[in-house]
Amino acid sequence: MQPGTTPREVAQAVSWSRRNFLRSVTGASVGGALAGLAPRRLHARPRDRKVIVVTFGGGARDEETFMPEGQENIPHLLTELIPRATFFSQVVNRGILGHYVATASLATGVYETFNNFAAVPPDSPTVFEYFRKDLKRPVSDAWVVAPSNGFNRIGESGHRSYGRGLGAGVILPKRLLAAALSSSLGTQYEHLLRDNYETPLYAPELSGNSVELHQMAEVLRLSVGDFAAHARTLASPDELSVYIARQLMRQLAPSLLWITLHDIDIAHSGTYSLYLEAIQRTDRLCAEIWKTVESEPEYTGKTTMFILPDFGRDSDSDSGGNGFQHHRTGDPLSRTTWMIAMGPGIRENAVIDRQLEPTDLVPTLGALLGFQTPLSHGKPALEVV
Amino acid sequence: MLPDQLTADSFRGYPPRARQIAAGQVALLRELPIGFVPLLLRELIAYDWKFPAERKELDNQFAYLQPRSAEARRQLMAGFAGLRLSSELERFDWVNAPAQFSEQLTTHLWATHQIDAFRSAATDYIQKVHAAAPREPLPLRRLGLVAVGQGVPENKYRLFRKLRQQGVYFSNVKPENGIPLLLEVAAARAKAHPVPYGHWYIDGGAGEAAPAAGLTCISYNSLAPARAALQEKMQQAYSSMGPEAFRTMLAKMQPEDLGLGAAGDAILSRFQVSLLTEGSGTQVFSTTFVQWAAREALRRAEPMTLLLRFAPRQRNRPMNELLAETHRKPELDPQGSLIDADMGAYYTWLNQQRLEGADDSRFLVWFEEHNEAVAIAPALARNTESGDPVDLQHLLKQLA
Repeated sequence: MQPGTTPREVAQAVSWSRRNFLRSVTGASVGGALAGLAPRRLHARPRDRKVIVVTFGGGARDEETFMPEGQENIPHLLTELIPRATFFSQVVNRGILGHYVATASLATGVYETFNNFAAVPPDSPTVFEYFRKDLKRPVSDAWVVAPSNGFNRIGESGHRSYGRGLGAGVILPKRLLAAALSSSLGTQYEHLLRDNYETPLYAPELSGNSVELHQMAEVLRLSVGDFAAHARTLASPDELSVYIARQLMRQLAPSLLWITLHDIDIAHSGTYSLYLEAIQRTDRLCAEIWKTVESEPEYTGKTTMFILPDFGRDSDSDSGGNGFQHHRTGDPLSRTTWMIAMGPGIRENAVIDRQLEPTDLVPTLGALLGFQTPLSHGKPALEVV
Repeated sequence: MLPDQLTADSFRGYPPRARQIAAGQVALLRELPIGFVPLLLRELIAYDWKFPAERKELDNQFAYLQPRSAEARRQLMAGFAGLRLSSELERFDWVNAPAQFSEQLTTHLWATHQIDAFRSAATDYIQKVHAAAPREPLPLRRLGLVAVGQGVPENKYRLFRKLRQQGVYFSNVKPENGIPLLLEVAAARAKAHPVPYGHWYIDGGAGEAAPAAGLTCISYNSLAPARAALQEKMQQAYSSMGPEAFRTMLAKMQPEDLGLGAAGDAILSRFQVSLLTEGSGTQVFSTTFVQWAAREALRRAEPMTLLLRFAPRQRNRPMNELLAETHRKPELDPQGSLIDADMGAYYTWLNQQRLEGADDSRFLVWFEEHNEAVAIAPALARNTESGDPVDLQHLLKQLA
């Protein structure tokens, strides 16, 4: 950051840079007036609508994505998804830059402040609780697929007016796979069981509303043998998560599905090549999720998908960090990220410059699906609801 | 405990030189806010094992703070004094465990949305100290030399994409005798300007034999026993402790815990332990080790000469497997390592440019045993290319 440059100015510069790049690559239009970007009205009734949220735990920087030199890493976002989406170029995270606490903040619409490495539920009600309580939806209608490091509590808050019994089912595919494997088979699946590099030696005890192995066969109608056999063909933990998400979509067709990807966090190991590979894989997986939406009768034509990193990573220019490796400095670049919204009724190939916060996601989902989010601190993104 | 309760006796647990300085500065320390003093003590408690450049930096801070009036110090410290700390932090034994206090303070600042205010106060303070510090001419221009791509026969990745903008990209370099030439240059500079910890050679593999006197040498392979000892402790910790306890365990680790404590250079041993216990990925990936070691050497020792040689790292595996590296022959990933090293070279240049004398510093990165290199120096045009045949010796002369 140049001396005298404020965080707001940096965030705006990032936004402009992303917008100009997208304009050159996709011909995206820029929305100056909100009225010009009002979404087309949906024909589907709120009750029939579905929402999929894809978050990245382990953000990717613009250098490796939206800047010209990063373009090669996100071909699917640039050519398949963004041309069909409204792109919010400036989502500024003002909370704690730790993956579990930040993802929990996304899911509650409140900046949560608990210990990032503790296996605790969010303090504020989650979007899953608002959704189920307000719309009287069954537990099978809201699901989370997440990495195993602490995310098992993300489906349900500790809030006294919500909480127990109102949250989402949580599937931790790596945990399921580890449980499904006999020790002799372990080496064939090691690539899917990689640990979190931010806290490489921490795997909190499971508790909360997470699905165990014996429930999986019943819930997903997927035998342990089939699960393990298919897992062998996959390349990474995130591939496993997307595989499970597809099973959920086919078997239960939940109206609210939340997928948290985490491969990009390999960056914490300091290996730039593995970080780039993970960005490329995440880019491909996002496109595959949307293809599933388009091919599944329960989803096609009535699903809105949101894609957003939980936050960014440190810039090269901040001497307090070590560039792409971490997100510790709290500098404006590590706080400024983006969001894609796509689906029926949402303006295609449009860029929104105004600043959003991650806490705006929950009220946006509430407005889309027709439920109240009274304890959320955010505001709905009117451009997509 | 609050700073105004400090006495000279508060520091009886400190190593000798640190204790002496703390006792001499106790009147000053008593006047500073609790949001600042433990951070200063975190540096001071390690004074006995700090590099000369770090000691000078700390001395400069005391020299800057000492003569200020109470009002001037109050204004200078206003950003730190305005931080809201918890009573748990105030009760913490920050005199004897300032590093652990610092970890907890960081967590508290994030959770209470004060991290930006803290960063702003810290940046402002450091800028003022630096601006007031006396300037001494450097004994010679800084030089960074980096060899990347060991063991890569063929490459399709566009190398040096960030560094090309800073200097001349040479596409027809004669690679013969390259590594010995780079070592010769580093050794000659160390001999001609014998500054303690002023000339470094960091290798991601075994390192070349018989390094010259005056060259501070570190290699990934030479630390294999220390890494094995650490990896074993990490494996043991896997099922028995949470992340905070794990970090505390690492922070308390001494050279002798990792077999580095016997004879030899105590300052360097401590530095090596810090690379393995504070760096993320340095325990298992040689490319990360070299990049982080270079960053820390530049930040802390401010060397005049830095020679890096990246080597192939092991392939990515589950953490348990990576930590068991010494019990098996790891499969290597030369191509991925080249990409890691390319970024590592860029970060090394960036870190070199953060030091005094940046305007006159020089830098060379070379694709080992191949024809590509980038040279950066004030006299070399930025963002240019040369396809003319050139040998490394000639390039090094241009940088001299």
